[in-house]
Amino acid sequence: MLHLENLRLSFPDFTLTANWSVAPSGIVAVIGSSGAGKSTLLMTIAGFLSPTSGKVLWQGQDLGPLPPAERPVSILFQDQNLFPHLTVAQNLGLALTAGKRLDAAQTARVAKVIDRLGLTGMGGRRPADLSGGQQGRAALGRMLLQDRPIVLLDEPFAALGPALKTDLLQLVRELAAETGSLVLLVTHDPRDAQRFAERTVLVADGIALPPTPTADLFADPPAALRDYVG
Amino acid sequence: MARRARPLKAGAPVLSGALATFVLGAVLVLALNAEGFSLRPAEWAALLFTLKQAALSAFFATLLAIPTARALARRRFLGRAALIALMGAPFLLPVVVAVIGMLSIYGRQGIANQLLSLLHLPPFSIFGLHGVVLTNVFFDLPLATRILLNGWSAIPSERFRLAETLGLPPATLRSHIEYPMLREVLPGAFVVVFLLCLTSFVVSLTLGGGPKATTLELAIYQAIRFDFDLGRAALLALLQFGCCALAVLLAGRFTIASGMGAGRDRLSRIPAPAGWRQAGDAVLLATVTLFLILPLAAIVAGGLPAVTQLSANVWNSALRSLIIALLSTLLATSGGLTLALAVAAKARWAAAMEMSAMLPMAASGLVLGTGMFLVLRPYSTPESVALPATIMVNAVMALPFLYRALLPEARALEADYGRLCATLNLQGIARLRHITLPRLARPLGLGCGIAAALSAGDLGVIALFAGDTNATLPLMVRRLAGAYRMDEAAAASLVLVALSFGLFLLFDIGGRRAAP
Repeated sequence: MLHLENLRLSFPDFTLTANWSVAPSGIVAVIGSSGAGKSTLLMTIAGFLSPTSGKVLWQGQDLGPLPPAERPVSILFQDQNLFPHLTVAQNLGLALTAGKRLDAAQTARVAKVIDRLGLTGMGGRRPADLSGGQQGRAALGRMLLQDRPIVLLDEPFAALGPALKTDLLQLVRELAAETGSLVLLVTHDPRDAQRFAERTVLVADGIALPPTPTADLFADPPAALRDYVG
Repeated sequence: MARRARPLKAGAPVLSGALATFVLGAVLVLALNAEGFSLRPAEWAALLFTLKQAALSAFFATLLAIPTARALARRRFLGRAALIALMGAPFLLPVVVAVIGMLSIYGRQGIANQLLSLLHLPPFSIFGLHGVVLTNVFFDLPLATRILLNGWSAIPSERFRLAETLGLPPATLRSHIEYPMLREVLPGAFVVVFLLCLTSFVVSLTLGGGPKATTLELAIYQAIRFDFDLGRAALLALLQFGCCALAVLLAGRFTIASGMGAGRDRLSRIPAPAGWRQAGDAVLLATVTLFLILPLAAIVAGGLPAVTQLSANVWNSALRSLIIALLSTLLATSGGLTLALAVAAKARWAAAMEMSAMLPMAASGLVLGTGMFLVLRPYSTPESVALPATIMVNAVMALPFLYRALLPEARALEADYGRLCATLNLQGIARLRHITLPRLARPLGLGCGIAAALSAGDLGVIALFAGDTNATLPLMVRRLAGAYRMDEAAAASLVLVALSFGLFLLFDIGGRRAAP
């Protein structure tokens, strides 16, 4: 269970609070207008921001003292998910070894993930030589190899066209089902939430509301959601 | 308040503390050793001459840079890129070499005086204030030109297009587009040149001297080497530090464009008027080119025949200079990189680290050298510590260049990939090897090149410390010239130029090659 316990982040011009918990698997959408605090919430769970007060707990353990790499979390950012000077295989290798040499088993694992993502034969290419969709797939490879129980997706596919984005979210759904991870999916498109997420967190007016079954949320939208969807 | 989780690492703060201790410690030692704080006439004269030559040099260099940069900005001609590259050369040219080059053109037997005598005009002497200023302008006109050229190419071409659309006459164009740019860039260029001229020790060593043309640094050198009056040397060094520190503080108030680097060469849209203005630009650029190339050509022409006859002493000193350059570059690079990465990562005490990285700019090689001389004297002879002291001071003096070359790229790297590295647990050596070094290869190569060239060509600390047996190549050149063995001096100069530029090119090209 991921538990945000009286979480509060204060900035000079902005405050975000959250106080809820969510079961440890499945896809949870995080929606809200831009600037509402969706990314702030993810960065706090990932360990890039320290809360002013309150705790982030995973299976009862306080994540507060842990640096990002030691949290049970993998995160895909809006961009810069791959180092441009390294090949796809090298990029994925870093996710396994933090820069040390890969052994045979690890090399095989990277190759398998590359195949699983439909990037067969592209392990030797650099990100610039891939299409946007292929770059998104390679980034998802990092998530698979890191193999953490929590996956945070901070709109990594926002720059892609709608069809391609849907494709990749489809893939995310398959991978999440295979690994049994909890996926927090930030999006500003309500349709993504409706299509892919069982539950949805609405972030509005400085509050990240508790996860609600997505269908219920949209069947009876609160005022903030009505304003946002229009 | 919610805060960014910040890394806490010991390396950078310790380094920054050591650096500040080294520089400020030297100043403290000077203050403790200075004999009284009242200035005698000779010290006043040195202070005034230092400021006067620096101010005049900065004035003429920036004044002449305006039309030169403007001509370069608005004209397209064959060899333009080469000329801009040539403008980068004097900054890396060992001063002692340039002075010998200037002497062979403007000295008593130089080409300039031979021309004058052909015309039955009285001879011109390069010794004294005007020689010092002329040589400083040789160094700093190109630097100022490159700074201003960057200013011109930074003007958005839309503004010139807009002016064309409106049919604005040239005078209006100047007052609305070019003057505002100059108002912004000129003060910075002036202060940079002024600061560099405050530490023109070798120029005044050769072309100055005497009660009327002695700079503070030359007076320090004389107090240590000839009078062995250490109290006076300390007082002079303290004055020198005060001047540089004030200039650095002043420089902090202006935006200072970098004159180094690849020399941006964007096609600018400045109207290029034909007629007499075109001829004027051509004459100006030709004159500047000659002014820069003649001393260099004189060194090559004078030195080439004697290179093969150089004594083993000279080659040994060249090896010494190479080792000094490589070691001080290694130190300066690791220091500059450590601080730049820490400041870019907004580590704790980043502001203090930034200050410590810029602190050496307020000192000069001779000031630090004098401090070290005073500290080490009770324990060892100057000769025995000459090379380590030189390596140390050269590294500290090069660190600000490295730091400034690396910081923007280090910031971009942190902004783009800092979080990804943290997620992947990439740190320490692994992060350095896989991410930092490849991504920063270009500025690292350039920074190392500058550090190595400056260190190989430096004649400062070593002049205070060296004995008969451990001279560096610049000191050797100076000694040969001092003994009027001009052919050998020119040949050794040529070797020194090859060493400095060779190191620069090696590192710079290496960095470009290694960059992804």
